[in-house]
Amino acid sequence: MNGLEQFGQDPWWIIAIKVLLVFVVCVVLTLFNIWWERKVVARMQNRIGPNRHGPFGLLQSLADGVKLALKEDLTPEKADKIVFITAPILATVPAFVTFSVIPFGPEVNLFGVQTPLQLTDMPVAVLFVMAIASIGIYGIVLGGWASGSTYSLLGGLRSSAQMISYEVSMGLALVTVFLMAGSLSTSQIVEAQKDWWFGALLLPSFLIYCISMVGETNRAPFDLPEAEGELVGGFHTEYSSLKFALFFLAEYINMATVCALATTLFLGGWRAPLGLGTVWAGANEGYWPVLWFFLKMFFFIWVFIWLRGTLPRLRYDQFMALGWKVLLPASLAWIIIVAVIKMAAIQGDFSPNWILFGFGLAITVVVVLGFMNRLPEKEPQAAEAPGGYPIPALPQGGAVRGAAQPLVFGPSAVEPTRSGVRILPSPEDALPEEAK
Amino acid sequence: MSFVILASVMVIAALGLLFARKPVHAALSLAVVMIGLAMIYAMLEAPFLFAVQIVVYTGAILMLFLFVIMLVGVDTSDTLKETIAGQKVLAIVLGTGLGAILITGVGQASIGTMRGLSSANEGGNVQRLADLLFSRYVIAFEATSALLITAAIGAMVLAHRERIDPKQTQTDLAQGRVADYAKSGKHLGPLPPPGTFARHNSNDTPALLPDGSQSTKSVPAILAGGRTDEGEDE
Repeated sequence: MNGLEQFGQDPWWIIAIKVLLVFVVCVVLTLFNIWWERKVVARMQNRIGPNRHGPFGLLQSLADGVKLALKEDLTPEKADKIVFITAPILATVPAFVTFSVIPFGPEVNLFGVQTPLQLTDMPVAVLFVMAIASIGIYGIVLGGWASGSTYSLLGGLRSSAQMISYEVSMGLALVTVFLMAGSLSTSQIVEAQKDWWFGALLLPSFLIYCISMVGETNRAPFDLPEAEGELVGGFHTEYSSLKFALFFLAEYINMATVCALATTLFLGGWRAPLGLGTVWAGANEGYWPVLWFFLKMFFFIWVFIWLRGTLPRLRYDQFMALGWKVLLPASLAWIIIVAVIKMAAIQGDFSPNWILFGFGLAITVVVVLGFMNRLPEKEPQAAEAPGGYPIPALPQGGAVRGAAQPLVFGPSAVEPTRSGVRILPSPEDALPEEAK
Repeated sequence: MSFVILASVMVIAALGLLFARKPVHAALSLAVVMIGLAMIYAMLEAPFLFAVQIVVYTGAILMLFLFVIMLVGVDTSDTLKETIAGQKVLAIVLGTGLGAILITGVGQASIGTMRGLSSANEGGNVQRLADLLFSRYVIAFEATSALLITAAIGAMVLAHRERIDPKQTQTDLAQGRVADYAKSGKHLGPLPPPGTFARHNSNDTPALLPDGSQSTKSVPAILAGGRTDEGEDE
């Protein structure tokens, strides 16, 4: 058949080992990602982060997991018991299942058997991921509904509406990849990226995918379902103990899944980065590709953490407008461009790669420049407050914009003598010049 | 073997769909039937149909059902009261009739094994489907898509309401609140949170005002029970 002959030939014990490996990778990745996220965010906020349990605090998430599992399991009185218990399972199982079609490496020798480092592949592998992810949404919706709480219901609805909306633009971003690869199977898509990564060839698709994967996984700055100022904890407000842990697990595995998918579809999957394969032939053989794969994947996860540490949360309507009114039409337009270029290339018998790359780069540069040169927002007007509600007077010269003026403590201000210790001048010295 | 397992799961879920009291449980049973159907497609070497079945029916259509059920009738269960006279009897008679027809019809048909599957799937299931859709059935395909787009636009047009007054921005709302305060003295900010300055952090513990009196506004009306929220904080 279509290049998928290498799958489905394994003896049962190889399949069992692979299944176990996928499971272990998912769980360990989750533990690692939680630790990593806490560590990186801590660095960004000038803190140290977890450093007590194990080397560099690596075992912190394990300890947290054990603690979480041993906590008291509460079920609200108004909850729908069966659905309440099913929901976290329904969220977690699909998260694991999607990992089964991710290619970690080429064909390798696993305990004496030649087998691809991928549990399975199918002609519709990427569609399979989308389908299974849509089952995972059920867990969230039902968890929100079954809790019998308004916060949970609203959080669940928000979350699912968001995931469904962003799945649309995500799916459309993938269409161009299918067009260029000529296949929907993950191993074939990696194979098609031998010369050009689709991330470079289809830059707009890549960017749209990156934005929608953050929306799809409910992560900051798109973590509106868990906006604690509005919805307490969103769909999992009423969940505790192991059930909450399952939701948590599902969220982190989903994050890893979209990162793995981004790696596979846009960054060449397990292929060695940036022409390393041409210099060193062994880079794309054996178990080395696993290293490249995880390096690329951790890059994406790091971007997730970076975003979370940097950006404030969006407003819900603005967020949905971004998905439906910007990303979706942009994806559609880009699909048409790619289809036309590809068709012209087939008819005219030339390689579309450089043209696509140029087009994509030009469009991206124009859009980014457009964002940077956006018209400045309307100046706030210091209007007289209606009704005379007591408001403090504005500072002279209008509202303070930008960074504050540096503090000046007069001529006799003493420079710090020891690191970190500032010796304050006496109050008289601190008065400004004209006041003396 | 796998067909037997899938079929029995599907039949149980279908029965659950019929007998579930809560609409959400019925919708869930339907979801199980849909996923079972998708798996049967996968078994019959129709992987594309498998994925599409889950994405479209389970992921989109049933999800919409769930949304509507959850938002409209969170707590409603089916009532057993008949709204149309004789509905139950009629339903039983017609249902039995349909069942009898189906059983006799399917029972008399001789169903052999699949034929022509390998030639239909030659060169890959997805590729063959694409070939057919965009060559022989291209008119039907385009007509269907036009119909679906028309339906979607129609739904949007029907649901759309023209805005008569301009949209209130955050500035407008804030100014309106201040104007309200000037007119009626209505408090500008949020209500005092429960338990502030109190000895317990329970939601039904009223906040204490600086003079030691209790703020009735700080307890949600639902939790306050019989107490009304009329009392102003003094």
